[in-house]
Amino acid sequence: MNGYNFAYLDEQTKRMIRRALLKAVAIPGHQVPFGSREMPLPYGWGTGGIQVTASVLGAKDVLKVIDQGADDTTNAVSIRRFFARTAGVRTTTHTAEATVIQTRHRIPETPLRPDQIIVYQVPQPEPLWRLVPSRAETRRMHALADYGVMHVRLYEDVARFGQVAISYDYPVMVNERYLMAPSPIPAFDNPKMHMMAALQLFGAGREKRIYAVPPYTAVRSLDFEDHPFRPSRAPHSCGLCGASDAYLDEVVTNDRGTRLFVCSDTDYCEARRAGVAA
Amino acid sequence: MAYVAVKGGERAIDAAHAWLAEARRGDPAVADLSLPQIENQLGRAVDRVMAEGSLRDPELAALAIKQAQGDLVEAAFLLRAYRTTLPRFAEALPIDTEAMAVRRRVSAIFKDLPGGQVLGPTYDYTHRLLDFALADAPPSAPVAEPDGARMGRVHDILGQEGLMEADADSGVVPGDLTREPLAFPAARDVRLQALARGDEGFLLALGYSTQRGYSSTHPFAGEIRMGDVSVEIEPAELGFAIDIADITVTECQMVNQFKGSKTAPPQFTRGYGLVFGHSERKAMAMALVDRAMRAAELGEDVTAPAQDVEFVLYHSDNVEATGFVEHLKLPHYVDFQSELEAVRRMRAAALAREPAEIAS
Repeated sequence: MNGYNFAYLDEQTKRMIRRALLKAVAIPGHQVPFGSREMPLPYGWGTGGIQVTASVLGAKDVLKVIDQGADDTTNAVSIRRFFARTAGVRTTTHTAEATVIQTRHRIPETPLRPDQIIVYQVPQPEPLWRLVPSRAETRRMHALADYGVMHVRLYEDVARFGQVAISYDYPVMVNERYLMAPSPIPAFDNPKMHMMAALQLFGAGREKRIYAVPPYTAVRSLDFEDHPFRPSRAPHSCGLCGASDAYLDEVVTNDRGTRLFVCSDTDYCEARRAGVAA
Repeated sequence: MAYVAVKGGERAIDAAHAWLAEARRGDPAVADLSLPQIENQLGRAVDRVMAEGSLRDPELAALAIKQAQGDLVEAAFLLRAYRTTLPRFAEALPIDTEAMAVRRRVSAIFKDLPGGQVLGPTYDYTHRLLDFALADAPPSAPVAEPDGARMGRVHDILGQEGLMEADADSGVVPGDLTREPLAFPAARDVRLQALARGDEGFLLALGYSTQRGYSSTHPFAGEIRMGDVSVEIEPAELGFAIDIADITVTECQMVNQFKGSKTAPPQFTRGYGLVFGHSERKAMAMALVDRAMRAAELGEDVTAPAQDVEFVLYHSDNVEATGFVEHLKLPHYVDFQSELEAVRRMRAAALAREPAEIAS
């Protein structure tokens, strides 16, 4: 696009972000402050992910953008268009074809490969924020690996409800050192982060933090021996493709409470249907 | 299938943008607003957008206001997103507000003082009666030119007696929030930058809260001045300063009581406010909050929201705040689905335990 640099950000800014990314990769799960720029899209709408994507994107990359697992949700469309316009890169909806995948709230069902990068949009990078609002204080707690409050919180859930009542943005321990917010993906997706072959990058624009999970890194969802972590999904099969292993959206189809359960990962669902039809 | 309709898509976005453009223009029978009209006749709106957009450019601010249909937070956002793409070619020298071409200057602590009280273009003593005559013809006013003399600051008068805390140049290059992320403890330079960019409404409410007991800073409006100051840069290759622009600013110096501490005798302390354009409300609120945030430094108890530096700085930026509040409009059905399943599971477990009690 005329008047703007490749992928919108100037090269100095990209360099600054890449430095933060390198540090983040070197210290898995550690939140690295960075000089987040004001983007032409609103804070809270993926500015962190967009800045990370802009900094790792090359002219030959193929970009996929999903929101809630789908390529055609409005904000995913908007972000994909932004990069098509400012970087002129090829875009795709197929997980397997993409080299960079920017996501909000989901990890694709198709396992990712070592030559792929997944960029998460992160609203709140601090996993302890509900328990300790001060970031000066949580920073100290991370330095000391002082995560007792989170275990107490999980224990209180077990005591009150008989189970942990966190269903998304479920806290994880990365490389057995840093407590990390996996971004608001459903807990169902957490196991996909463990020993993932692809590089996982996390961008929080408004909170001005970047963090990362390098390939093949241990990511453990917090739990107790007698209350092991249980990823959950709606106990149904996809009404379109019949998948019984994918995360499902619940769609209300009429005013009498009839529900249709369908894959939230639209590419996965379409590929299965094409395969079934063929 | 009805289900497909909930998916957005490019056509829906294009159609929304087209509709927005039509709504923005309004009735085509009414004349289109020109940027000079906005810049000249909605000056306070332009000033606010420049202050919160952190970019002093009245013409672009007017364009942003027009593009945002008068939504000033949206306009500030447009200006910020443009500002961030601009290269930096120099850093300005500190502006000298003593050399201000003063259009307004009032002090609430001395009846008269060198330079005098200058009422200027103020709403203060207007009776808030809708002026129906304004609907048709604008009135004209007598204009007095500033005399160009330096006008000393009120706190210097107090300083002569040692009653006012000293205000020395620390020599440190001020931080820049737009380049480096906020870190704590945040020094006063960065705090003042955040307040100058901060949302007027948020600062107003916080400043107000300090006047109602949520920390008290015993403020007096030492002085408020508004007028033009020149901006100078000193290019390295020249070795002397050159004047690059005149800008309008509003400055507020609050004078606050201080009981003294182990290291300092009782004296007055200051809270400082400076904003682009003419905005006394913002400058005064800023000065109140600046002083409140100095509580820890001055050995006062930190008990109220306005004194909590982290709370104030993380929540004062309306571009950040509006983005995150409004992002709740984005789809969250994946998370909501996981919550639905969790609530159903917990209800089932609870009903299995004590069906009679819970059902009743």
